[in-house]
Amino acid sequence: MLLMRSGPSQEDSTTSNDHRKGLKSPPPSGTLREGFKAAWPICVGYLPLGFAFGVLAQKAGLGPLDIALMSVLVYAGSSQFIAVAMLSSAAAPLSIILTTFIVNFRHFLMSSSLAVYLHGESRGFLSLFAYGVTDESFAINLVKFREGRWHRYQALAVNQISNLAWIGSTTFGGYAGQFVLAGSLGIDYALIAMFLCLLTFQLRGRIYLLTAIVSGAAAIAISFVVAGNSFVIMASLFGATAGFALKRYARKRRSHYGGD
Amino acid sequence: MAETEYLLLIAGMGLVTYIPRYLPLFFLAQRELPCWLIEWLDMIPVAILSALVFSELFLSGTPRHLELVQAKSLVAIPTILVALRTRSLGWTVISGMILFWLAEKII
Repeated sequence: MLLMRSGPSQEDSTTSNDHRKGLKSPPPSGTLREGFKAAWPICVGYLPLGFAFGVLAQKAGLGPLDIALMSVLVYAGSSQFIAVAMLSSAAAPLSIILTTFIVNFRHFLMSSSLAVYLHGESRGFLSLFAYGVTDESFAINLVKFREGRWHRYQALAVNQISNLAWIGSTTFGGYAGQFVLAGSLGIDYALIAMFLCLLTFQLRGRIYLLTAIVSGAAAIAISFVVAGNSFVIMASLFGATAGFALKRYARKRRSHYGGD
Repeated sequence: MAETEYLLLIAGMGLVTYIPRYLPLFFLAQRELPCWLIEWLDMIPVAILSALVFSELFLSGTPRHLELVQAKSLVAIPTILVALRTRSLGWTVISGMILFWLAEKII
């Protein structure tokens, strides 16, 4: 109930624009409410996505409890989809674990970006927070942190509420799977639509659009050279570096001609 | 697959997923990051998401091959428009699924 406690500042939005100041303070009042407000779009996205995963997992022979356990322990949508596909083709457990590692290594980069805003936090908080770093919670929390006035506990609430929605919807899909035909209801498109939406949110200017095109084209090109899924990480590192160089170059040019 | 083997599998998956999520927070949150690193990290999400989206939309089959025009990629256009218009993950996922379902019926 710590999160519900009403603090001395009723309206945290009026107290400070500096997120770093907010970081050190105890959770502001309405942390859960603010967390819900930010997390509900993720939850609405997770319901069809998690349902889709549950159905596919059921078709691969997993029971609802197996599915719930995987969602709790792994909590990473796309790798769970891939793991289930590999399980149905009887892949070796070690190769599934290795693939999971490669596919989820992108969270390393996301946690690195978030670390900027969690400067000097306790290790206990960080280890709990790390568990909930996903594509979706990352995208939402980063936008909120950038706007300022986003408290670490609000970010944690977003992570954990999304986690509950994921566990619930995947387990439900596992129960309902036997009543759903394979390939129906556009279930195969749930994951793609989610990635499309998160990408659209990230396009905040020309440099970002260019970075997206470079990175996407690199992904296609590298995928023909490298086996497996590691091309996603390679293309991301290449695309981000290209975008970074472009940004630096554009700024240099501007200051050269404009006389900053 | 035996139940213990499955438990070991998901425990392994969980571990290799958690470590990359945790390490940067553990190491980077304790010190000031240099400016260039922050700027570089800022380009990471758009790069990752785009790499994922492009490979999902334009690659098919095993061994994979390029297929620019297909139901998945065509449906992406209205799905992006919904994302821009509603700015909502939920609506975008639901519209994408319905549009793809319709597109597969038509094509």
